[in-house]
Amino acid sequence: MAAKESTRVEYGKTLAQLGAENPQIVVLDADLSGSTQTHHFAKIFKDRFFNVGIAEQDLMGTAAGLALGGKIPFASTFAMFATGRAWEQIRQTIAYGNLNVKIVASHGGVTVGEDGGSHQAVEDLALMRILPNMVVLAPADGPETRAMTRWAAAYHGPVYMRTGRLAVPVIYDDTYVFELGRGSLLREGGDVTLMGIGIMVQTCLDAAALLAQDGIEARVLNLGCLKPLDWELVLDSARRTEAVVTAEEHMVTGGLGSAVSEILAEHCPAPLKRIGLRDTFGMSGKPEALLKHYGLTADDIKQAAYKVIARKANHLALPVMDLKAPKMAGR
Amino acid sequence: MQEIARQVRIDIVEMLFRAGSGHLGGSLSATDILVALFFGEMRTKAGDPCWLDRDRFILSKGHGAPAYYAVLARLGYFPREELLTLRQFGSILQGHPDSGCTPGVEIPTGSLGQGLSIANGMALAARLNGHASRIYALLGDGEVQEGQIWEAAMTAAHYGLDNLVAILDRNRLQIDGHTAEVMSIEPIADKWKAFGWHTLEVDGHDIGQLLAAFQACKGVKGRPSMIIAHTVKGKGVSIFEGQKKYHGVAPNPEEYQQALQELGAVTGPPA
Ligand SMILES: Cc1ncc(C[n+]2csc(CCOP(=O)(O)OP(=O)(O)O)c2C)c(N)n1
Repeated sequence: MAAKESTRVEYGKTLAQLGAENPQIVVLDADLSGSTQTHHFAKIFKDRFFNVGIAEQDLMGTAAGLALGGKIPFASTFAMFATGRAWEQIRQTIAYGNLNVKIVASHGGVTVGEDGGSHQAVEDLALMRILPNMVVLAPADGPETRAMTRWAAAYHGPVYMRTGRLAVPVIYDDTYVFELGRGSLLREGGDVTLMGIGIMVQTCLDAAALLAQDGIEARVLNLGCLKPLDWELVLDSARRTEAVVTAEEHMVTGGLGSAVSEILAEHCPAPLKRIGLRDTFGMSGKPEALLKHYGLTADDIKQAAYKVIARKANHLALPVMDLKAPKMAGR
Repeated sequence: MQEIARQVRIDIVEMLFRAGSGHLGGSLSATDILVALFFGEMRTKAGDPCWLDRDRFILSKGHGAPAYYAVLARLGYFPREELLTLRQFGSILQGHPDSGCTPGVEIPTGSLGQGLSIANGMALAARLNGHASRIYALLGDGEVQEGQIWEAAMTAAHYGLDNLVAILDRNRLQIDGHTAEVMSIEPIADKWKAFGWHTLEVDGHDIGQLLAAFQACKGVKGRPSMIIAHTVKGKGVSIFEGQKKYHGVAPNPEEYQQALQELGAVTGPPA
């Protein structure tokens, strides 16, 4: 098994490095600096770290004010409380105001584990993706987290990035460069495309390996940049393989599955199956047990791949429309 | 009742050790408050959790669930064996209270800051329904940093909710450190008074003082009551007391043994 890194830890370490490189960077937290890993930055740059206490709405508003004052604020708490409790502060002030605030929220998804449904954010990507101006990211591993964090610090505008609690296998090496609006092709294959985000990218790779044992070649994409989504790559892959499976540690509504469905429905309605939570909240349990319960394993992806491949024969391929990724609003 | 509190603390240590995770410090600080409330004050029926005339309790600091569960089990809301399934896949005892799974729990909590508003609504409903029910809500001292708490504080006073009692578990710690360092909440009693609440302060580990305070609140008309209960996070086990480290971790095997010894546990697991 490959080395493992936790995306929240890599975020915290990169943030501490960035602090030394750029004095404009400030960091805010809401009494979870150990969990979100902003405590690394807090220890070194005491004057540029602000703990607002258990007050997520205040967290977002204060970050907004710092951005208006020319700072580059990174605001962190759990994904549930960042995107849930403070959604309207993010919507009205950070997104509508198009402010240079980076919201980096940890504990996304059901792999939060034992804390249970109240703490497992399975709708954060949807809540952020619906906002104009917002860039929405969910890294798949340590190197991608480091690259996205550095990219976010250099980019001017609102960004949401989800990190996870657990250590996950390393997919990329440190030459990986993140580009806004670009996904990456991790594996070539002509029979089906598996499109993953976050921890499900590795699961897609594992599913591709299982499918290969059966002689099925799966193309695997990492769509960790959920907004703006890489339209060209999604459509090109759908056209090549004519069968698609999306996989996310999130509701199938509002996140990657929805985003891909929207594109395919309009431009290339290939058979599609979405892997993710279906109209349900999370619950307590060990992360592995929960991934299994919610159908988020490599085997679930493999079964879904079989289903979409079987549907290929029946589906009427419609003419592919002109492919132009939409420009992000407000820029 | 002190004896019940001791047993509940043993249950908490046992549950968390078995679960391998959970919130130790804030469960132990709240134990005496919960025991005084459920065994000495509230009118409830374990066999009929939905009894309309019952007094209501909201654990607004939802992470104190282990203490809450241990109390509910002792009252007979569910078999005590369930305590050992805390936080496991499929358990009726979720990491944070979930009314969909656990008999006796009124509403899911765990996202801090929301419980007092819910309690206000229940107090208003009891008044409209002509029920004599009294409503109790337990808040954390870090939790009151949430703005919604102060919105609710205004609402309760505005509507003169004298059937509502909030209790503040004033253990002086939150996750990142002392409340005084993370985000000062003082002068906390003056704040509640200024918001129009009948406010009193007690030793939150003295059951007699707690019971007397609940009684006193019943005599208050036209205003809600706030009992500031001064407590020690991790109360009952010397190594956990006042230590921020034990906010959200389970005891390791040595700590577990020492805790059981200090709490005078004769047998290990709950019978
Ligand atoms: C809205 C929200 N933000 C953050 C958290 C994470 N969290 C859980 S417990 C806690 C600290 C609570 O401190 P306090 O209220 O003082 O409780 P106690 O010390 O009694 O455990 C935090 C920040 C949460 N559960 N809900």
